[in-house]
Amino acid sequence: MTQPKGTLTRNTTAARINHWITGGCFILLLFSGLAMFHPMLFFLAELFGGGQWTRAIHPWIGTVLMLSYAGLIVQFWRDNLLNRDDINWMKAIDSVLANKEEGVPEVARFNAGQKFVFWSMAFLVPVMFITGLVIWDVYFSAYTTIEQQRIAVLIHSLAAIAAIIVWIIHVYAAIWVRGSMRAMTQGYVTPGWAWRHHRKWLRRLAATGSTGPRPRADRGPAPR
Amino acid sequence: MADLQSQNYIRRSASTLTPPSVRDHEQEVAKLIDVSRCIGCKACQAACMEWNNLRDEIGHFEGSYDNPADLSPSTWTLMRFAEWENDKGDLEWLIRKDGCMHCEDPGCLKACPAPGAIVQYANGIVDFISENCIGCGYCVKGCPFDIPRISQVDHKSYKCTLCSDRVAVGLEPACVKACPTGAIMFGTKADMKTWAEERVVDLKSRGFSNAGLYDPSGVGGTHVMYVLHHADKPSIYAGLPDNPRISILVDLWKGIVKPLALAGIAFTAVTAFFHWIVAGPNEVQPEDEANAQRLLRKTDDSR
Ligand code: HEM
Ligand code: SF4
Repeated sequence: MTQPKGTLTRNTTAARINHWITGGCFILLLFSGLAMFHPMLFFLAELFGGGQWTRAIHPWIGTVLMLSYAGLIVQFWRDNLLNRDDINWMKAIDSVLANKEEGVPEVARFNAGQKFVFWSMAFLVPVMFITGLVIWDVYFSAYTTIEQQRIAVLIHSLAAIAAIIVWIIHVYAAIWVRGSMRAMTQGYVTPGWAWRHHRKWLRRLAATGSTGPRPRADRGPAPR
Repeated sequence: MADLQSQNYIRRSASTLTPPSVRDHEQEVAKLIDVSRCIGCKACQAACMEWNNLRDEIGHFEGSYDNPADLSPSTWTLMRFAEWENDKGDLEWLIRKDGCMHCEDPGCLKACPAPGAIVQYANGIVDFISENCIGCGYCVKGCPFDIPRISQVDHKSYKCTLCSDRVAVGLEPACVKACPTGAIMFGTKADMKTWAEERVVDLKSRGFSNAGLYDPSGVGGTHVMYVLHHADKPSIYAGLPDNPRISILVDLWKGIVKPLALAGIAFTAVTAFFHWIVAGPNEVQPEDEANAQRLLRKTDDSR
């Protein structure tokens, strides 16, 4: 990928591949899952070759999503740890939503909104995976009672709805904040983008002479 | 079966429109199983296999007369034998013919996500239309009686049809025809209730003071009913549910959760859209780039 001179690496190639495997799986799960969730959406099953195929393939895609999201957790958890900046940033959420980012407290690589998405999914994906195993009738129905399966299917659908809502917020934020889509497709952002949205991140990269995505540990002041 | 062009549906799974239902001038039917007259000969089981062309795999002896040990995709009815010690300390051998109860309010149909995979005809029979079945196992979770079984071979759900094919042409179910003692009766639901009343009176006169009809109201009544000598304790009959009803979990999952979910998703999407209309894109400004360049130069110099 050609990365223009003077830009900063926001997401590594590995992270981007990992992210889009996750995103692809999510879309497939969304369609196959909604087909079984509501009669009005059953037509989506045709995308997978009919109801039988939809039912058969949904849990396999879920398994790939679980593995793939585990990869994202490994790559992103450090930068998503909560700290005081998040509280201050949340207090200024009105200005953020109004696109008036001057005066909004500085944040590092991810802001509280991004961290919310990250941790929500870090909770919801495993919940959907585990409850999904319980209701994966072909292979696992013999290991649980019917009552346990009833609980699992209810939790699975509630978690899926929550995940879809979080995902809509995530995708909208990507569209709304110009420049972030390229951060996940081509991998880079301009220094001005970093100044505007993640100034503390920019300061750390600058202080350690790094071009991203993480400050260099061997040079300059260590990140707090 | 879908080819039969049924026009007498009163319920159709996962359907938001009224199913074809004009040919509904039909009386509700019921099968009445008089447990007190059953001798456990399994003629009904054999007749069911015979009529429906079902042959289960040969299983193993599990220490009871139950044979096979459980319902399966190819065993739609099964005699369940229970030994129960009554108040006088006498042993009673309770034999119950298990199978689909053909609920008036079927949990399987409520839970089913596949349009038209489970239907209920105007006569009350609950039928699985296998070509529409996707094999998800939701009917298993919906059923309060633990009846449907999913085949590992064709991934379809199976259960007793109440011989809907025979009933449609005016015949009684195969099990009814085969029973040598008349313990299984078939007719309109009203007639079966009247007949059951007579049986209950008779049983009471013979000392079974708790005799009664099992037509559980929790599922709106059933189209397969039992005459029990101990109607106060259904569960002694190999776990017949005392108060069957569709699980509250299934009610929530198939009820309030759906509209709430769609509303929640739509609300989020619409809110996002209007945020875009009001605030518009958040774009990096030239002064952001300038500030960033200043910062980068400063740190470069200081190093
Ligand atoms: C398919 C539609 C999706 C789009 C358009 C999209 C877009 C984006 C974009 C633009 C970023 C970069 C944000 C930044 O660098 O500041 C990003 C990051 C990320 N995305 Fe997605 N995404 C999608 C689906 C998903 C799904 C389904 C998940 C999880 C289940 C997910 C999890 C993440 C995570 C964990 C990050 C890293 C940033 C963080 O930790 O907050 N994405 N996505
Ligand atoms: S007994 Fe079970 S399978 Fe039969 S109609 Fe009732 S819910 Fe459906």
